[in-house]
Amino acid sequence: MDKFTVHQGLVVPLDRSNVDTDAIIPKQYLKSISRSGFGPTLFDDWRYLESGEPGMDHSKRPLNTDFVLNQPRYQGASILLARENFGCGSSREHAVWALTDYGIRAVIAPSYADIFFNNSFKNGLLPIVLSEDTVDSLFKAVSSREGYQLTIDLERQQVTTPSGEIYGFEVDEFRKYCLLKGLDDIGLTLQHADAIHRYEERRKQEAPWLFASG
Amino acid sequence: MARTLYDKIWDAHVVREEEDGTALLYIDRHLVHEVTSPQAFEGLRLAGRDLWRKESILAVPDHNVPTTQADRGNGTQGISDPVAKIQIETLNNNCESFQINEFDMDDVRQGIVHVIGPEQGATLPGMTVVCGDSHTSTHGAFGALAHGIGTSEVEHVMATQCLIQKKMKNMLVSVDGRVGGGVTAKDIVLAIIGEIGTAGGTGYAIEFSGEAIQALSMEGRMTVCNMAIEAGARAGLIAVDDTTIEYIKGRPFAPQNELWDKAIAAWRDLKSDEDAVFDQVVRLDAAKIEPQVTWGTSPEMVVSVNATVPDPAREVDGVKSNSMQVALEYMGLQAGQPVDEISVDKVFIGSCTNSRIEDIREAAAIARGGKVADSVKLAMVVPGSGLVKQQAEAEGLDRVFLDAGFEWREPGCSMCLAMNADRLEPGERCASTSNRNFEGRQGQGGRTHLVSPAMAAAAAITGHFIDVRKLGEQHG
Repeated sequence: MDKFTVHQGLVVPLDRSNVDTDAIIPKQYLKSISRSGFGPTLFDDWRYLESGEPGMDHSKRPLNTDFVLNQPRYQGASILLARENFGCGSSREHAVWALTDYGIRAVIAPSYADIFFNNSFKNGLLPIVLSEDTVDSLFKAVSSREGYQLTIDLERQQVTTPSGEIYGFEVDEFRKYCLLKGLDDIGLTLQHADAIHRYEERRKQEAPWLFASG
Repeated sequence: MARTLYDKIWDAHVVREEEDGTALLYIDRHLVHEVTSPQAFEGLRLAGRDLWRKESILAVPDHNVPTTQADRGNGTQGISDPVAKIQIETLNNNCESFQINEFDMDDVRQGIVHVIGPEQGATLPGMTVVCGDSHTSTHGAFGALAHGIGTSEVEHVMATQCLIQKKMKNMLVSVDGRVGGGVTAKDIVLAIIGEIGTAGGTGYAIEFSGEAIQALSMEGRMTVCNMAIEAGARAGLIAVDDTTIEYIKGRPFAPQNELWDKAIAAWRDLKSDEDAVFDQVVRLDAAKIEPQVTWGTSPEMVVSVNATVPDPAREVDGVKSNSMQVALEYMGLQAGQPVDEISVDKVFIGSCTNSRIEDIREAAAIARGGKVADSVKLAMVVPGSGLVKQQAEAEGLDRVFLDAGFEWREPGCSMCLAMNADRLEPGERCASTSNRNFEGRQGQGGRTHLVSPAMAAAAAITGHFIDVRKLGEQHG
């Protein structure tokens, strides 16, 4: 997993609430058996004028120039500003893979759906929760000033605006630690293999039927 | 201390806990399908890791499988989409090399992962159940703690039998009293989502209770828990009672003999203590719930079939009003339009929400003796598993549908998410028994209205939405 320490980047605003993972990456692309290559089809239904299929050369498809990701001023954006309940719906981790493959390193929103929030941390994508008012003021700032960038410092848990305002954010200690170090959490869990074995032995006595069927 | 049902299952599965409350939660049952697993298997291979407990895994292809008879019965050879074919073959190969129990496409037990788990008795009370699919919440109907997980977590569970989790909060949704005739589990859960909103359950495990919930069959309870995720809750649960135990008894994966006796003794405690404290409590009056129809692009955008399409101008919250406006435009509807005047182009009866035998019976009761309206281009029934299909055919329900002009298909996820050939064309409007009415969910530009199986069948026959309770009056 990629480390996340300090990141400064251009912000792209997506002014919709309840953006679901079907919108982030439509179903036809979930047939892939790979973890990469989802960037060109991020927000596919909104980004292109015609529907797409896997295997197409997406660079040749006509763009919906009204969609915010296609506007010249937001090219190269790495921070996505979003509204409440971002990432709701399907558990597809492909949504996170599409965001990171496109180049997004952090999302800022008032709230997220639980599964998407979890999936993000597993892939080095930092989902930051800021208050609705703060997110509102960021939307205004981004639209009024071209090239609007934010600096995100995970160690200090701070978002800094170009004018020097600082917004603090919460993050679980364990998730922060994994993200700062870029750690593989399977490796960490396997350090507790003995504890898992002990649990199983105890459980086989308590609830043997859980270990009986195939 | 008094504990909720969720507290009890959580406590029984904590292997260890960090200081910040992050826990290793032991997983008893892992269900696997073709879409969210290939990258997890690949991850195991790259890291040289094996499965921790392969007997805990049950695999089945469902999302991508074709549902026409012509394409089935010959393994993966009938899959015309080469990309989908590779994905299903990848699951077959992975299950073979990792020695996982798989019900492949030709197995009569194949079906939607959330239908076959309970059907086989592979989902048991008190278990922790995970699957790389958000509708894993379905299994909570058995008094199990069931989460949808992402692919990284699928790999984590495969390698360690554990999930890294923080405890959620407890919410109680009590549906008091009894629903009237013609009002189903689907209407109950849509009404709940309409009440608490699509993010109302975020961060919570929701326990559904109350007389109306207790009165439901296991099929109905699964429909309710299935859609907990549409209210934002990763897990939904219902306490164990006689209905639960009767359903499980004798199923292939269920405990037998002395183990059965031991198990049911333990399962009787799988309910919230009388004085357990919930972080939030929501109450609904069952008698007030009418057949529901969604009008927008989020499951919370739902009203009674006898209501009119809501007016965004009347919504005070600006962000909400805006999303209502966007939804109306996408759906091609006008504020104030009566819901029962909205006509449909296609009808889909199926999905992990509503494809079990009781759902099929409920739809067949409406379809019996009727004819699909000429204006409806396609009405399809997709049973949730090969065994549901077999049962329905034994009851002659396939003939009821075929005689009425419905298509009777092979089991799979089908048009719920339109990964296979079953999908809507741009602008087409569908009465669907599935769980999500998101933009493009059933095909780009497609317009989805979520309803119960009876309401979907009624829409097929009349060509528009209609209160099933009035159907008899019109068709005498």
